[in-house]
Amino acid sequence: MSAFLSSPFMHNIFAGLAQGIIYSLVALSLVIIWQSTHVLNFAQGAMAMIATYIGMTEIDRGIGYWWCVIISVMVGMALGGVTERVLIRPLYGKPEINPIVVMIGFLGFLEALAAAIWTSTTRNITEPFSQIYFKSNGHLVFLSSFIIFQIVLAMGIMLSVAALFRFTKLGLQLRASALAPEVSRLLGVRVSRMLTIGWTLSAGVGAIAAVIIASGNFGLFPTDMDGIFVASFIAAAVGGLESPLGAVAGGLIIGLTEQFIVAYWSPDVAPLGGIIILVIALMIRPQGLFTKNTIRRV
Amino acid sequence: MIRVEDLSVNYGAVRALRNVSFEAPSGQITAVLGANGAGKTTLLRTISGLVSPQSGAIHLDQVSLLGLATEKIARMGVGHVPEGRGVIEELTVEQNLRLGALSSKVNLAEGLQEQYARFPVLGDRQRKYCATLSGGERQMLAMARALIAKPQVLLLDEPSLGLAPQVTAQLMRAIRQLCETQGLTVILVEQNAKSALRIAHQALVLHLGSVVASGDAASVAADEDLRRYYLGVAVT
Repeated sequence: MSAFLSSPFMHNIFAGLAQGIIYSLVALSLVIIWQSTHVLNFAQGAMAMIATYIGMTEIDRGIGYWWCVIISVMVGMALGGVTERVLIRPLYGKPEINPIVVMIGFLGFLEALAAAIWTSTTRNITEPFSQIYFKSNGHLVFLSSFIIFQIVLAMGIMLSVAALFRFTKLGLQLRASALAPEVSRLLGVRVSRMLTIGWTLSAGVGAIAAVIIASGNFGLFPTDMDGIFVASFIAAAVGGLESPLGAVAGGLIIGLTEQFIVAYWSPDVAPLGGIIILVIALMIRPQGLFTKNTIRRV
Repeated sequence: MIRVEDLSVNYGAVRALRNVSFEAPSGQITAVLGANGAGKTTLLRTISGLVSPQSGAIHLDQVSLLGLATEKIARMGVGHVPEGRGVIEELTVEQNLRLGALSSKVNLAEGLQEQYARFPVLGDRQRKYCATLSGGERQMLAMARALIAKPQVLLLDEPSLGLAPQVTAQLMRAIRQLCETQGLTVILVEQNAKSALRIAHQALVLHLGSVVASGDAASVAADEDLRRYYLGVAVT
């Protein structure tokens, strides 16, 4: 058993899961914002990165890891809410391409801002859990406390998001606001407040992903989230933009595919893995693997 | 009671409503009749705050509704079943009803039970997505969703549109009953003048945004000129 756990195959499985869970978290944040506003936020990754940089600045002043997480998430949420109010709100009722263009511009602005303030070098946070791989009967198993922490955290967030949309009044109002804003208002839903809440929650979850990246082996740099955003976007599209479970499953599928391509082919073609999965998924189930409801307005 | 005074609404250069005044008394059905483009839907949308008028006043009892947000007006007890019914297809029947019951004053379980008793077909389909419902079922759901909030006033926009005559008759009876038993104030917009006049207490006729006639439903129904020129009902 321990020989199997320490085999190269299992190494790739664990490494793929660890990377995939990051995609899952960012995909989850995209699902939240899609479910509650029907906007795709292309600056999602950059907003999370800025929030985490601010959290890391506080760590430099001597606060602990968990305070850094809390600050990053709070800053991320505030940034999400303010972005909706200031940049997105004036665009409602305009062509759907407008928020996309504005957020791509905002993405460039945030990355330049981060580089200007903190330089483009990679920054780390000392993680709260060991990244040393476990040993089993003398064999190395490529799983660490930190990877397990990541997975448990992502699952917890996924379940909370799913419960929010499924069981709570707030979640129902968030979904209704995105699906039918006018009808929702006629039913007394404060739609504009829901849109702000959607952006706030989404940016908070995104910030958690960025904190995990910064705590990992490779750290975080200003444009780090670009590739992650693309992979996560594919993950959300594969899983179905309406499904928190789908986002997590999509993230894990993309993470594993990339890892196996890196291991058995070449790191240079790893990003291709996501595209291949996307094409296959769109051919078999264009509504997403985990979307139960097949109605989609076009 | 809803009181509308001297209401005018423009869409750009187009005048959708001109100096419209009327009163919809509590516990009564006021039918708003007229051809396409007469301004009927605009009138309801203005009461709900979705459209801002150029001039005039709208009062719910003694409170002015002008300038209030749509969601605020809804929470004050003005239910609005929009044209085309407005059920959210991507949500289930029960989720649609839960949206109607957001107010803390509403007991969700009781409300659901009451609506399922009133419209048994909805109870049978509570976990079905609304995209799978028929036109009649959607209309019932839209009504149930408005009623679960226990509104004081109900604005109904063409509830009979696309419904079989039998279903329309059933629906009209249900509306009348609600007025009588719960003191609900109803403003009923209809192109189907005949079925609306049968249950309405009073009626007004709109033509190109202006009120061309108003009075109790029986006298509007009896006026042959009105029927011929504005309501498109064959004179027999």
